[in-house]
Amino acid sequence: MKSSIRIGSGAAWWGDRVEPAALNAEKGDLDYLCFETMAEATVSAAQVRARRDPGFPGYDTYLDDRMRAVLPACMKRGTKIITNQGWINPDAAAERVVYWLQEFGFTGVKVASVNGSLITERVLELTDTILENGKPTSSLKATLISAEAYLGAEPIVEALKGGAQIVITGRVADPSIFLAPMMYEFEWDPLDHVKLGQGTGIGHLLECGAQVTGGYFSDPGFKDVPEPWNFGFPIAEVSPDGSTVLSKVAGTGGAITLQTVKEQMLYEVHDPANYLTPDVVVDFTTAEIEVVGPDRVRVSNIGGKPRTPTFKVSMGCTEGFIGEDMFFYAGPGALRRAQLAKKILEERFKIVKLEAEDVRIDYLGLNAIHGDATPGTAPEPYEVAVRVAARTKTREEAAKVGREIDGMAVSGIAHTGKRVPHQDRTREVIGVWSGLVDRTQVVPSVRYFES
Amino acid sequence: MKVKLQHVAHARSGDKGDTSNIAVFAYQPEFYPLLKEQLTAERLKAFYADAIKGVVTRYEVDNIDALNFVCQGALGGGVSRSLCLDNYGKALSAAILGFEIEVPEYLKTKLQGQHLLA
Repeated sequence: MKSSIRIGSGAAWWGDRVEPAALNAEKGDLDYLCFETMAEATVSAAQVRARRDPGFPGYDTYLDDRMRAVLPACMKRGTKIITNQGWINPDAAAERVVYWLQEFGFTGVKVASVNGSLITERVLELTDTILENGKPTSSLKATLISAEAYLGAEPIVEALKGGAQIVITGRVADPSIFLAPMMYEFEWDPLDHVKLGQGTGIGHLLECGAQVTGGYFSDPGFKDVPEPWNFGFPIAEVSPDGSTVLSKVAGTGGAITLQTVKEQMLYEVHDPANYLTPDVVVDFTTAEIEVVGPDRVRVSNIGGKPRTPTFKVSMGCTEGFIGEDMFFYAGPGALRRAQLAKKILEERFKIVKLEAEDVRIDYLGLNAIHGDATPGTAPEPYEVAVRVAARTKTREEAAKVGREIDGMAVSGIAHTGKRVPHQDRTREVIGVWSGLVDRTQVVPSVRYFES
Repeated sequence: MKVKLQHVAHARSGDKGDTSNIAVFAYQPEFYPLLKEQLTAERLKAFYADAIKGVVTRYEVDNIDALNFVCQGALGGGVSRSLCLDNYGKALSAAILGFEIEVPEYLKTKLQGQHLLA
């Protein structure tokens, strides 16, 4: 057994930067490079796109960019890759990676796909209740696009045991991507909740990439980090007991400090003593964090409790449309003109009988981001965008937002700045609901490919 | 003395469905009891006014001098349904940095962002 392993992050979401992943591959001396590329609605959005666009292969649209950037260095170093870039078609993603391996001249490399998370056809039989509102899942029947269970690390471990050098999954829980190599290398039992708690906690710290190395952190004069344009993605040096030193490639910007680690520890966490994952229930309230060198922070003693008998399932549903556009004011009195513009639009929406579930007219520059939490004492801005959004049942209704904003060009008020519409101002809403399914009802499968 | 929370704590928010968690971290261990005493769930909810529509639960995370506020109904019905430009609520945590907190004078030199203190 190795005395420690090095696990690096390659992506924290679909749109993440590629250069730090390449840097981790080239200079991170990594045993594993792991990519997390899925958000809550990724699978449903991919299903909608696949229906409309038969040419869409169903995996991460940046798969080519990412693999081209990291494969040569990873193959040279012997770095294994684990990624959830398979989205709704892990097999096709695996085939595409085999293509790139062959292009680069790497033959005989084993690539595994992990399937089994998609349970759209069975979900209404497997779960009765929507967690968010307590309603029966059968109420989603007419609008359901896709349902997927959050799998754990076990099928990835199986693929590694099967000799895979690259493992491509669909939906798995984000920290499981990083936990799997620890379980495999250190031979952790899937029911050893103490080790899995620590390992999953580390996975949680890694899954958002630069958010633990100084990204989503800088606040000038309060929390400064060096070269925030040049973040390194995190690297975990993991010991067999799961205790870990977080680090990054030397010479990169950003910072790893007690503050960056603490902020990420609670990111998207509800009860810190009971963070539910498919593999284990994590307890962050026992964690110990200690600086052991420049940009080196040791994290140990994250707790674990036995896993629950269920998997979380996400159900994506068509729920209508959002129409959205904006126009602009500046100079003395910008806000008073914006306020009259709002009044005009509210009246015109009545004239065109806009049927909306929700309408929002913001003054961007004053209250568009914090809404009702904006202090009454906020100073009047020099420039204001009036930003309008409505959620509707149909695309036709949503289109009324843009059409009435068009009307502000010549039928509005003085000094109105207006864009010529150059893009679709409506978009489809995919609502995401959650449920729980018996874990024995979801059986993952692993398939192997070779370059 | 009363100061804005930004001198006492840093914050980060994250999303899950229609729930935002706003975590607040004391810059110094001495500040943490002040947070615990003054930044209650009720006060945080009131500070956000109608931007948080549901229940706010506060978790005390003593090992890292942090409070985690789990705020239901804070993301406009959920990330994909929200009409807010910041539909993930990633900027939501910044608002609480304007919360006014009472700090004893002897801790004044330990406050973060001294350049903004008179």
